[in-house]
Amino acid sequence: MALTKVDTSMVESSGAFGRRNILINGDFGIYQRAQQITGIGANASTYYTADRWKMDMGGSNSGRVTMTAGTEDAPTESNVTTSLKLACTTADTSIGAGEYFILVQQIEGFNLQQFKKGTSGAKQFTVSFFVKGNGSATYVVELYDNDNGRQISKTFAVTSSWSKVELTFPADTTGAFGNDANASLNVAIWLHAGSDYTGGTLNSSAWAAQTPANRAAGISSFMSSTSNELYITAVQLEVGDTATEFEILSYPERLALCQRYFQIFKGFGTSSAVMNHHNRTTTQRYGCLNLPVSTRISPTLGYSSLSDFISFVASTSATPTAIVNQGSTGHSIEIYITTAANGTAGQAGWLRVANGGYLTLDAEL
Amino acid sequence: MEKMNISSAKYTKDVISDEVCSIIAVIDGLTLSVPIAEGNRHYDEIKRQVDAGTLTIEEAD
Repeated sequence: MALTKVDTSMVESSGAFGRRNILINGDFGIYQRAQQITGIGANASTYYTADRWKMDMGGSNSGRVTMTAGTEDAPTESNVTTSLKLACTTADTSIGAGEYFILVQQIEGFNLQQFKKGTSGAKQFTVSFFVKGNGSATYVVELYDNDNGRQISKTFAVTSSWSKVELTFPADTTGAFGNDANASLNVAIWLHAGSDYTGGTLNSSAWAAQTPANRAAGISSFMSSTSNELYITAVQLEVGDTATEFEILSYPERLALCQRYFQIFKGFGTSSAVMNHHNRTTTQRYGCLNLPVSTRISPTLGYSSLSDFISFVASTSATPTAIVNQGSTGHSIEIYITTAANGTAGQAGWLRVANGGYLTLDAEL
Repeated sequence: MEKMNISSAKYTKDVISDEVCSIIAVIDGLTLSVPIAEGNRHYDEIKRQVDAGTLTIEEAD
């Protein structure tokens, strides 16, 4: 007999329907800043390649790493084709107590309310991903609650072949996530750390107020040898105790999710228009850049080099001497440009980017 | 665990209203125009370093 309706008793309802993956860019296929950056380790904790994924580091780390997003190496049993590759290029065999090196995605509170953390109805967290290395190693996934200073960690094993990691973390009835656009949860993959973070006993069974020494106990050091490599992909965080198949979104959807946090404006060809503007005076121009996606918060404006921009007014042009963020609504940003005297007050014009240059808006966590 | 190297910071004013609207800062070697907005990671770090006494923001011209 043909079925005419779904038997609801057969539908798994403990997990999320619709958008299941709370992480963004889990296959590392979006990299607006750069695909590859070398020498990571000495420099700042920031976003280098894959959108939304920050390399967080501290202490006097002498190890160096090359980070490559969008690497076309992925497990055949997965539904993705790209991964993130980390390669150690300078070893650090004398680990200082305060050192750490972490791959982390921070998640804003607005996107975490379904966990009901801090209530009697709190839900479990499940993190899953595929990973491989150059040999055997042990690393840690930590969930860190920024709002309440609580955390829990679990180890996972890496071999020289792709394997799927599925880690379910218990619910936490203490400490709610803020229902706002601030960083509430870090999903952190600890790859290297000193005794300040490894000297205790891994806090793996229940959420607790953070004790630094219990955050990454038992991990290997990714920086122990220049032979070390790590590939990771299909990273997913979902509600409940079941790791479902990695959620596939279209490229435009994935890009738009990333653009809430970072946007780059650069030309497809040798030069392209960024925005229209008008002359307030002969040396002052104002323009409004309407954004393809509303940013999380008023963004920081950056650019490659002033010499990469040309401000056109009528049939004349000038190189900007300053490009300044005058304020943002989240949907748009007002940009103030100064140039040498050019054109007359009231004339319209436009700002062009050339030479492979770019303008960026950063609203990352 | 945010860590930024901020080598300079200077307020900028809106030439129309004459009110401070942003901070031009050199952060990790990049010149950035940072809004006065809590929750912006660059502004939060500038504020943290100012509060810690390790950074001074120059007045606007």
